[in-house]
Amino acid sequence: MTGHPGPPGTWDGRSSGATALEPRMAYVLGLGDDALVLAHRLGEWIAAAPQIEEDIALANIGLDLLGQARNLLTYAGELEGAGRDEDALAYLRDERDFRNLQIVERPNGDFAVTIARQLAFSAYQYELYDRLRDSADATLAAVAAKAIKEVAYHRDHATQWTLRLGDGTDESHRRMQAGLEQIWPYVEEMFDPDPVSTGLVPQRLAVDPGELREPWTAYVRPVLTEATLAVPEPAFHGRGGRRGVHTEALGYVLAEMQHLHRAHPGARW
Amino acid sequence: MNPEPLWEVFVRSRRGLSHIHVGSLHAPDAEMAVRNARDVYTRRQEGVSIWVVPAGAITASSPDEKDSFFDPAGDKVYRHPTFYDIPDEVRHL
Repeated sequence: MTGHPGPPGTWDGRSSGATALEPRMAYVLGLGDDALVLAHRLGEWIAAAPQIEEDIALANIGLDLLGQARNLLTYAGELEGAGRDEDALAYLRDERDFRNLQIVERPNGDFAVTIARQLAFSAYQYELYDRLRDSADATLAAVAAKAIKEVAYHRDHATQWTLRLGDGTDESHRRMQAGLEQIWPYVEEMFDPDPVSTGLVPQRLAVDPGELREPWTAYVRPVLTEATLAVPEPAFHGRGGRRGVHTEALGYVLAEMQHLHRAHPGARW
Repeated sequence: MNPEPLWEVFVRSRRGLSHIHVGSLHAPDAEMAVRNARDVYTRRQEGVSIWVVPAGAITASSPDEKDSFFDPAGDKVYRHPTFYDIPDEVRHL
């Protein structure tokens, strides 16, 4: 593995050790991994949120995402046809075989960082699912049609908090701005062309990620403006999650998420 | 310590029924209170409508007035419709 260095300020140059997958399976797996990893991150807030109401709200959002992950991973396993079910995909793959965007694996930080991540990602997922409802893939269209109602709430939740923290006290404004600065380096990746979906777009089996940038911006910018927050201009952009390239944070997520299943295969409550 | 105001939550479980008090919660303002109520009190399909009311806006009867308020009703059996035969066709009475 002698991978040549990529453009400065990106992760792009790393050689990929990810397993080659059939494109439709890889596409569904990527969407499932987004939901699974973010569900885990939100679960980390349980018993640690600023107030019990928010504890429940974040857990609810995490459970919505976990439901989406179960449907998507099960379907990815069916598309693969190698007998892997949702558990095999969630618990028995290593870091390089996870296809999630880097934004969902980023650490929770303080509450404002989590809200910044929720705003950026739920606005992306909303536009994505909105278009996936028209997918030629009937299963994907059905999952998207059900999930978009959940995601509309996730986006609203993040919006309400962004407005209140941004346009709140000096301290809440400072923290919300800092939260945006931490998360925005991982925003561009959501709209990166991805070799997997490129081949599927003409058959309407996938959505072109680049198509989502404009509607995403049209939603997020006015929220930040109303919240008196500045749009960050990151010098660094994390990239490559869909190819199995991840930040150092994902390994820790997987260690916690997969430990029980790997230590006690087939364990049940 | 929770500096956010307290809200009383009322949920209507389905059309045609009344909103019923289900509990209370903290939220910075009314909009967030409705959202918190949605998460805390309706995540198991308990409702189709939510009201939130600032807890401070509720005027309650005083425990000191319990005797004069409620005891007089105790021996007025004639206020209950137990002296009528209710036809089987009449429902919800």
